[in-house]
Amino acid sequence: MTKRIVILGGGTGGTLTANRLRRELGEDAGITVVDQDDNHVYQPGLLFVPFGLAHPEDIVRPRGRQLHRGIGYHRSRVDRVDIGADRVHLEDGAVLDYDVLVVATGAALVPEETEGLTGPGWMSKVFTFYTLEGAVALEAALTDFDGGRVAVNIVDMPIKCPVAPLEFCFLADWYFRERGIRDQVRLSYVTPLDGAFTKPVASRVLGGLLAEKGIELVTEFNTGEVDGAAGRLVSFDERRVDFDLAVVIPVHSGAGYVGRSQGLGDELSFVPTNQATLQSHVRPNIFVIGDAGAIPTSKAGSVTHFEGEVLTRNITRFLAGKPLDASFDGHTNCFIESGFHKAMLIDFNYDTDPLTGHFPAGLGVPLLKQSRLNHLGKLMFAWLYWHALLPGRDIPGVAGDMPRSGKNFPAEAAR
Amino acid sequence: MPTKTYAGTEVTVNDEGFFTKPDEWSEDIAVQLAREEGIETLTGQHWQVIKQMRREYAEKGTGPSVRALGKSSGVSVKELYQLFPKGPAKLAAKIAGIPKPRGCI
Repeated sequence: MTKRIVILGGGTGGTLTANRLRRELGEDAGITVVDQDDNHVYQPGLLFVPFGLAHPEDIVRPRGRQLHRGIGYHRSRVDRVDIGADRVHLEDGAVLDYDVLVVATGAALVPEETEGLTGPGWMSKVFTFYTLEGAVALEAALTDFDGGRVAVNIVDMPIKCPVAPLEFCFLADWYFRERGIRDQVRLSYVTPLDGAFTKPVASRVLGGLLAEKGIELVTEFNTGEVDGAAGRLVSFDERRVDFDLAVVIPVHSGAGYVGRSQGLGDELSFVPTNQATLQSHVRPNIFVIGDAGAIPTSKAGSVTHFEGEVLTRNITRFLAGKPLDASFDGHTNCFIESGFHKAMLIDFNYDTDPLTGHFPAGLGVPLLKQSRLNHLGKLMFAWLYWHALLPGRDIPGVAGDMPRSGKNFPAEAAR
Repeated sequence: MPTKTYAGTEVTVNDEGFFTKPDEWSEDIAVQLAREEGIETLTGQHWQVIKQMRREYAEKGTGPSVRALGKSSGVSVKELYQLFPKGPAKLAAKIAGIPKPRGCI
């Protein structure tokens, strides 16, 4: 009998899962992808928009066209999932019954949760580049900016692509230098973390790079209020950072319908999920890919890509009544754009922090070190995204499991 | 692992003073831990948060973030910072005798 697979979300995870499952299962499964709009945004491209290095038309494509033939595409918002009845209710009134549900609706920005953030100054003096609209508005504001205090602020973790705000600082430093006004700009990186990044070795390297570029690092700053009118960030313990222009990364939650679906999500509307099998903890026939899951990985496209292989295998096994493969290792791989046409690469998983060395082995590109090759890698990745990652193909030389070869492991930690 | 003595009991803690064995904790220990962190008196609201921290740790294997705590404990994030200045997630975890929250990556 044909199995009904419903995939909520037609972004990175939903698209690559649909395409992989279609190839794997053919006519044995009826696959439907649901999304609220038809704009698939290449999210890594958003970072470049404020600096005029990418334009909206370069990074947005129709969602339906990224899906292989034979996959259904239903455009509607999701009202709620009835996890007891295996049924999805859509806002357009349609009802979809499923044998397997894949939650792939990512993370949503919730700027309203922070006092004052969407008040006076929002989109005129206070911006985010985490939406296309925000990135475009910020480009205009940066063009008109001729000096003053720029604060780049992460309100709270978790956020998508935790390195992007750092990359924004590095590119801003380059951008203001190119314009000849760097000495009139005070750049601050304001983070709730106790260093530049979450992982110790990478935090040291990235913190050093901030210092080298004259970017002030303000740590353990838990933003309680953004006062756009006064140009001030205020932390819960009443510290202040003044700004003329603020670039804020708002707090994230899971998709709205997850919160409306009894029993599906946690307090932040992310779905509790087994970090090795990607089966949800809420129901055996609900699986989760990408940013929508509450698992201890970065919320990043590379993680979603690496998850695709295990997820597809496990859905196929689940449908066949076989035990699941608990092999997802938390592999994450991120290029970090550092300005002046250079970038770094970090590669890590659940057990191994980002280390120095080379990727994917001794003769590969350098890890945690700036190079032009990494910058080219970052640019080339956009092509691979549309032509290899979304169609659900493996990227040559980049395996799902994190490679250990080429990395400089600390001697005592060689486990 | 270092050990420390609170309320006459020897307990195991990590380098930053977080408990590694939550079973070794007691309410008397919490009172002493709080004083060490500059909180003279534990009010009803403090206890509400401490109990929520221990409940979540028992269920999920890690303490909640401040934001999640604000949604689950019935105490707003702003009040959490007044109760546990400087960092409610870490400080409340320490006083509640649970390991340091894993936090986010």
